[in-house]
Amino acid sequence: MSKIDQANQEAVKKMMMSRPVWVDIGKASEVIPGMKDNLFLHAGPPITWDRMSGPLKGAIIGGLIYEGKAKDTAEAEKLGASGDIEFAPCHHYNAVGPMAGVTTPSQQVFIVEDKELGGYTYSNMNEGYGKVLRYGAYDDEVINRLKWLDEVYASVLKEAVHLAGGVDMKSIIAQALHMGDDAHNRNRATTSLFIRTIAPFIVETQWGKKTDYDAPRLDLSNVSEYFKGKKASAAAEVLAFMHSNDLTSLNAIMAACKSMALAAHGVEHSTVVTTMARNGTDFGIRVSSTGDKWFTAPANVPDGLYFSGFKSSDANRDIGDSVITETVGVGGFAMAAAPAIVNFIGGSPADAFDATNEMYEITVAENNNFNIPAMDFKGTPTGIDVRKVVEKNIVPRINTGIAHKEPGIGQVGAGIVKPPMEIFIDALKELAK
Amino acid sequence: METLFNSELKIINIGLEGFAETLKERGTSVMHVRWQPPAMGNDDLLSLLDKLK
Repeated sequence: MSKIDQANQEAVKKMMMSRPVWVDIGKASEVIPGMKDNLFLHAGPPITWDRMSGPLKGAIIGGLIYEGKAKDTAEAEKLGASGDIEFAPCHHYNAVGPMAGVTTPSQQVFIVEDKELGGYTYSNMNEGYGKVLRYGAYDDEVINRLKWLDEVYASVLKEAVHLAGGVDMKSIIAQALHMGDDAHNRNRATTSLFIRTIAPFIVETQWGKKTDYDAPRLDLSNVSEYFKGKKASAAAEVLAFMHSNDLTSLNAIMAACKSMALAAHGVEHSTVVTTMARNGTDFGIRVSSTGDKWFTAPANVPDGLYFSGFKSSDANRDIGDSVITETVGVGGFAMAAAPAIVNFIGGSPADAFDATNEMYEITVAENNNFNIPAMDFKGTPTGIDVRKVVEKNIVPRINTGIAHKEPGIGQVGAGIVKPPMEIFIDALKELAK
Repeated sequence: METLFNSELKIINIGLEGFAETLKERGTSVMHVRWQPPAMGNDDLLSLLDKLK
């Protein structure tokens, strides 16, 4: 076996050894090392204000309003362009964020600890579907929901996870693949398992028992008649919100996947991809043995299904860090486990099997944690080898949400997208130096 | 050769899918194998891949 093949085996071994456990929640500026008051994190590779896409700019504008640094859009745009606010990829801080991925200093974030190999990774809270900050929307409804998430939701979950003594995210992903999820775009099972694990502790929290508190409230009147005109407990609000949002678990899963990818990074001679991410303008990858160097090219526009009233010309280029799931062998790579996902992103169940089968062509190993029942429990294709991508001319398969290209609108659909081949060729050239 | 064309054809098509589709349209049983030249047939990329074996 060549030294590169040996290094790649070492990288995927570490990727699969990582044991990410959700252990805490904290304020970004207090828990993410290096985070500071004028630093806004975003998805994808580095980008300057002038090159940011509509949804990313929208999320930054919303973040500035949420942080109280700007009172309206015009003021936020001026501040964003001024250079007084620093922008950096979430990945530079061992964090990940779906879609725009904007993480501001006072936002609460999931803290995931690698209990096997050490280290921490982070992700913000998921806001649900439709008009949300991560898709670039920032009206009062969006800002008020963010306040509820940080002041109520995060407080209850923080107390609950302490009572639970942590939640094993790898176990949740593995079980969910047996329940029809891909752990990226279909998260009905991961979220159900997540709720089932944490619910007993949520109702035991002191915060959860409160009905009167000086913080934003969530309107539950659309959940049930029972809640009409009633002040629900914080626990009821939190559980109802979690149930209403299939993506509740996604951000914690992404932080867990980041933990696995991080474990595989820095192996000398390895050609395994350890970061894939998009900022709505560029698609970027990083490779285990090439340090912090990004290989980037313009991101493609996803091909998929659109919500009523929207069409493909509304779509922004590919955006988000959620492709960290595919980086570690789930998401689009595990599509065969989630044939029902085609209702959401288009195609047929046979396409889902084709997608997974094709990914074995460009990966180093079959995952020993995540497997697919309908493929005789074969491990998911894991550890993308830059050499194989170029040799086979097959790029990773990615499932994704689709953001509107204008700021302030939000999600318009979901589909599949391919990264540009140039970034793998550039990485190959660097590796061959 | 005569025997070949008078018996049922079992065809494996490699590479361009269009040939397989045409045969299928004519009712012929055909199995398609996806294949393309390594590294898109690009000599520079093949030489880089050779270095990284």
